[in-house]
Amino acid sequence: MASVAVRTTGLGKWFGEGEARKTAVCNASFEAVYGEILYIVGPSGSGKTTLLSMISGILKPDAGDVVVDGKDLWKMAGDDIADLRLNKIGFVFQDYHLFSRLTTAENVAIPLILKKMDWDEALKVALHYLEIVGLKDRAELQPVKLSGGEQQRVAIARAIASNPDILIFDEPTASLDGDTGRKIVEFVKTNILNEKRCIIIVTHDSRIYEYADTIMRMEDGKITRVERNGTQKGVVA
Amino acid sequence: MPGILRIALKLLINDKSKFLALLLGITFAVFLMVMMMSMFSGILKRSSSSVLNIGAKIWVMDPAVNNATSSIPMPDYVLSSARSINGVKYAVPLYFGGALVKLKNGSYQAATVVGLDDATLFGRPEMIEGNIEDIFAENAFLVVKDAEFSKLDRPAVGSEFEINDNRGVVVGIAKAASSGLFGVPTLYTTYSRAISYIPSARYTTSFILIEPKNDADTPFIQQEIKKLGYQALTREQFVSKITDFYTFKTGLGMNVLLMTTISFVVGLSISGQTFYTFILENLEKFGALKAIGAKGGELVSMILFQALFTSVIGYGLGVGLASTFMILAKLRMPDYAAQISFPILGFAFVMVLVIAGFSSYIGVRKVLRIQPFEIFRG
Repeated sequence: MASVAVRTTGLGKWFGEGEARKTAVCNASFEAVYGEILYIVGPSGSGKTTLLSMISGILKPDAGDVVVDGKDLWKMAGDDIADLRLNKIGFVFQDYHLFSRLTTAENVAIPLILKKMDWDEALKVALHYLEIVGLKDRAELQPVKLSGGEQQRVAIARAIASNPDILIFDEPTASLDGDTGRKIVEFVKTNILNEKRCIIIVTHDSRIYEYADTIMRMEDGKITRVERNGTQKGVVA
Repeated sequence: MPGILRIALKLLINDKSKFLALLLGITFAVFLMVMMMSMFSGILKRSSSSVLNIGAKIWVMDPAVNNATSSIPMPDYVLSSARSINGVKYAVPLYFGGALVKLKNGSYQAATVVGLDDATLFGRPEMIEGNIEDIFAENAFLVVKDAEFSKLDRPAVGSEFEINDNRGVVVGIAKAASSGLFGVPTLYTTYSRAISYIPSARYTTSFILIEPKNDADTPFIQQEIKKLGYQALTREQFVSKITDFYTFKTGLGMNVLLMTTISFVVGLSISGQTFYTFILENLEKFGALKAIGAKGGELVSMILFQALFTSVIGYGLGVGLASTFMILAKLRMPDYAAQISFPILGFAFVMVLVIAGFSSYIGVRKVLRIQPFEIFRG
């Protein structure tokens, strides 16, 4: 049985006070295991991004626990959470958030530089990861000179450069056409996913559902259904 | 250089338009601040030029005298009394006055006339041409070759002119350590000739110059002069009094302070605003860095480094520009009274650090407040 990468128990988050209080996530409990791609899907405002932020140590929950790689995330100190993000979690943001003033290789090297790796060594490692995503020849270009799909791959290279156990994708196909989006996710599944890595993808793009190992549906802040390999495994009321 | 600072540097300098705007703001502010302070410093130095050029250790004057050019003549008994004070090695009179010089071409030029004690010529200038002894010749004058020399038609030894309807002959060319403040040429002659050529009031002694037997006697000499109702100041005290006069009693100091403050505020505004815009434009990127795992301290160090780097470069450019401007100005205008000193450079550097601190403070506040959570919202 695969070991658990992320486990949440009774996770809850609300915004505002008094009558203006709005529940973003309510009593969310689930597990993501190594070696799988977990999709968190649902309509806009269903709480996907809030849930993603809480499990990645970015947004503190109001209720419940998050255990990442066996550690209770929100009982850790702020800098320790930052360290955990740096060493255990890789992010691919919806808008990529690549630095337009840096070269592609320098962008990929950022997590390594944050880990205090020597500049030249970090660039060497970055080239290796750019090769994995097929962009080694674009290493010296600025990201703005790349296509959307290429920028997405640079963001993936940056996310995996520090060899994280958990990869988090926020709407990876939102800025791409259908064909490119599918190619990217297929690439991730084929080349990035391995048995020691868990990939969590937030999306509402049904065209890429076929690549998921598990699909977790959310509505109004609640997990309403979890399907594994196309089979419905559980429903949370 | 740590990698995180290298990233900060690349983010800064690769954004060429912002970097240039930041540099321009700081360079301009430093240029203006240094120029204003240097001009003021130059003016202050020139205002004390007579005191520095004559070089006496103790100057006796009426307590109401604020600077060397506006002396209040003292009666002769003050000189006699000064000579009788214990600790005085010698005391000599000095005449300081203004006269109109009629040049050969018929035009008139105002000049400062310094009358040196006939017996000692104490306070005599260094000669470039001619012999100092020739000052005792008939109608003899020495001309100081300073920035104002040309106003007397660059006279040579033997040249003649009229001074208050008296004949004057140039017997020597002297040099002075510093030019005067008011753009007036300086003539040296003997004390007796000065008071006979230039119309005087009842008293004629502008200053009494005292040489103490040793420096420890100075306080006693000052005390004794005070008992006579006059004031004895050391050279440094007199320079300081002149500086205070021009700084606080002429409006000059306040105007320069205002201009320097305006320069500082302009620099602060341009740099602060541009740096703030730079931070705002990169805010999401800083948020992304935070999400990836950068700690608050690392982000703060990036911003501080960017602000400091820009400020130091801008400071260097500003000082360089001001120096170049002054060199060029002095080539064109020998009268141009501006001088850069280490205190000015130090003050400008501190001001630049304040600009850097303010600029980075608003950036740091913004960056520390950004929640990585917002990055996920796209």
